[in-house]
Amino acid sequence: MRSILFALLFAPLVALAAGGEIKLKSANIDPNDAVSIQRGARTFVNYCLNCHAASYMRYNRLQELGLSEQQIKDNLLFAGDKVGETMTIAMPRKAGEQWFGVAPPDLSVTARSRGADWLYTYFMTFYRDDSTLTGWNNLAFPNVGMPHVLWELQGMQRLEAPAAGEDGHGGAAATGHAKLVLAQAGTQPPAQYEQTIRDLVNYLVYMGKPMRAQRLQIGTVVLFFLSILLVLTWLLKREYWKDVH
Amino acid sequence: MLVITTSAAGAAAGVAVAVPFIMSMTPSAKARAAGAPVEVDLSKVEPGMMVTVEWRGKPIWVLHRTERMLESLAATRDQVVDPGSALPMQPEYATNDHRSIKPDYLVLIGICTHLGCSPTAKLQPGAESGLSADWPGGFYCPCHGSKFDLAGRVYKGVPAPTNLEVPPYTYLSDSRLLIGADSKEA
Amino acid sequence: MSRVQALLAWVDERFPLTATWKQHLSEYYAPKNFNFWYFFGSLALLVLVMQIVTGIFLTMHYKPDAREAFASVEYIMRDVPWGWAIRYMHSTGASMFFVVVYLHMLRGLMYGSYRKPRELLWILGMLIYLCLMAEAFFGYLLPWGQMSYWGAQVIVNLFAAVPWVGPDLAVWIRGDYVVSDATLNRFFAFHVIAIPLVLLALVALHLVALHEVGSNNPDGVEIKKKKDASGRPLDGIPFHPYYTVKDMVGVVVFLMVFSLIVFFAPEMGGYFLEHNNFVPADPLKTPQHIAPVWYFTPFYSILRAVPPLLGSQFPGVLAMGLAVVILFFMPWLDRGNVKSIRYRGGVYKTWLALFLVSFVVLGYLGVKPTNVWGQFGAWLGGAERAVVVARVCTLLYFLFFLLMPWYTKIDKTKPEPERVTT
Repeated sequence: MRSILFALLFAPLVALAAGGEIKLKSANIDPNDAVSIQRGARTFVNYCLNCHAASYMRYNRLQELGLSEQQIKDNLLFAGDKVGETMTIAMPRKAGEQWFGVAPPDLSVTARSRGADWLYTYFMTFYRDDSTLTGWNNLAFPNVGMPHVLWELQGMQRLEAPAAGEDGHGGAAATGHAKLVLAQAGTQPPAQYEQTIRDLVNYLVYMGKPMRAQRLQIGTVVLFFLSILLVLTWLLKREYWKDVH
Repeated sequence: MLVITTSAAGAAAGVAVAVPFIMSMTPSAKARAAGAPVEVDLSKVEPGMMVTVEWRGKPIWVLHRTERMLESLAATRDQVVDPGSALPMQPEYATNDHRSIKPDYLVLIGICTHLGCSPTAKLQPGAESGLSADWPGGFYCPCHGSKFDLAGRVYKGVPAPTNLEVPPYTYLSDSRLLIGADSKEA
Repeated sequence: MSRVQALLAWVDERFPLTATWKQHLSEYYAPKNFNFWYFFGSLALLVLVMQIVTGIFLTMHYKPDAREAFASVEYIMRDVPWGWAIRYMHSTGASMFFVVVYLHMLRGLMYGSYRKPRELLWILGMLIYLCLMAEAFFGYLLPWGQMSYWGAQVIVNLFAAVPWVGPDLAVWIRGDYVVSDATLNRFFAFHVIAIPLVLLALVALHLVALHEVGSNNPDGVEIKKKKDASGRPLDGIPFHPYYTVKDMVGVVVFLMVFSLIVFFAPEMGGYFLEHNNFVPADPLKTPQHIAPVWYFTPFYSILRAVPPLLGSQFPGVLAMGLAVVILFFMPWLDRGNVKSIRYRGGVYKTWLALFLVSFVVLGYLGVKPTNVWGQFGAWLGGAERAVVVARVCTLLYFLFFLLMPWYTKIDKTKPEPERVTT
């Protein structure tokens, strides 16, 4: 069945114009802030996990963040899911392809390929664009297939075209001078929305490499031990070599 | 003499034994059979739009060319290596100026003839494509920088040696395309 | 006679255990003036062992199947207890193997370790290097990420550039018309059994050859020429215990560097584990930024620097292949009358420096994606300059070898000492 229609990548002209190279905003996350990651997990489960799976991420791993199994069950699990399962979704790939043109990717390791800054910029730069299928567009991911799921929180941004007449520099690349303006306020004031996104990105980064905290801890012990071993081996070497001239 | 004969016989046996091992690495019956034709519905492909489908594990592009895109082919004629499609990189029915059966629809195997990456569609002309300001629109390979025009013809002075390949295809109706089969087989 | 001694005697009558121990360790005389550069041989052996051990444990969980490979790697990273540590050790080990081997080879270049009587030793070493490249290439497909897939696609297509048989050869290597499940499965077989067996055999031969001719040293003088009454080299010391205890210090320092990477920066900023390889392989879409892992980039740059000729990319492929093959001929290209760089003249030193600089610059250019490659560095004047730099470096790379018979001969060398210096 390999030869069946695999993916339809709709690529209207606007998408290809920008090339996707914009200056990224700094996500400025604190990977040691477990509470921030917990909040991000909640946002993730509520908003992302309908279409995107995180099929390598087990719910009960969240205990690492200080949540109890009961808390996970009460706050993050959908009815019927077990706490030892991974974050899968009910929506089949095929349906995703039909609705969005391309199946929503699994997000388990997306933070490792995209990086925190890109994700942060992506969530901050959705804007209204009537020319696309979903009515939304994005500066970091031009012509993205995903609508702005968090728009009720952020509000609606519009792309202010570069003022060609004012500075006389018409024709410059659109993204270079384009500005996003909040045309309609959301339920969260901008500062709060930024925090929501920072938490969400923090969670996505955590999900990408959940062993990080443990890894750093063990690494410190290993290096400490090796430095003792270094002294010992050095002394041993000196002892043996004292009569070599 | 006996030593030579025995050695020769032994060597022959060695070669014969190597045959099954070497041949086992050629494509299996399963791999060879996985080439069934793919259908594309053209009614959803608006002018200026490109869709990608998979055929034999390769990306196949179907580009609905606009008037402007077709006009650009005359301009790129002098800049490409093989404007007349002299090399057999396409079926006979696509050996023409627009390298397709119908001028509007371009069908290509989206695999660079250099080292097999899949080029990126840079259909928009000019600097906005991220390439030079006089870019007429076409395809750009991110691996080694090969460039192709809107008929998949390779530019001069880039690593790729030949035009992008056109797969066998045929029209089942005005809006239905079958990729992977010539009209006589369909 | 104690029981242990009796047992040893029993074994020695049936297997040369004590004799082997003496020949290769306790009575193998190594020059006493080894410096920092002589750590990398034993370190390479250490990394080889680490790769084999971590590799064995990874195969217990990995699935060589196009539908499951990517997920099974994440399974190792998350669900397998300590799986993340084993996987990071293996991925870091791959890069560190090349770090250690490149330094080991540079040592050979500097001190003339390829010169008579060590020609075979050098050739065996080069074969090990070739095996290592094959091993790294096959292994890189296994995570089945985007870089795995397109890296394999490009490299297998290099074989398609061979005149006449090329396209069939590429199909034969892949076992399919594109990189597919069949390719993954056979690359797994090559990576975990075929190449490692050859590699181990070559390493054993490399060591046997080394212990036959004896180690070179930073002065490039043969310690076997000056022996005492009992036939021991005056400038030699038994490998065990002197160099075993010394190498232990090197091992610990190396392990500290290794642990720093494994535990604190396993991706090494995208050089050891490339970012795009965390995206599952997609045969329909080549990533925008594609570059091989750092240890292949000098050769990759050479490939990109050579323009196609007569509508064929074969010259570039050929140049890339020659860049590796030419190293085999070092023992016969060098006509200098001393081995070590310590006694060479300015001409050789200049050429070696030029070679190293061009190798590093080519490596740097190879990491940069092509679309940036064409444009990067306004300070260089933009696009075409980068191509020019790559071509100049490629030329220097080859001239280092091709002109070697001439410039090593005219080089004004200093006299070699009779004995090693300390």
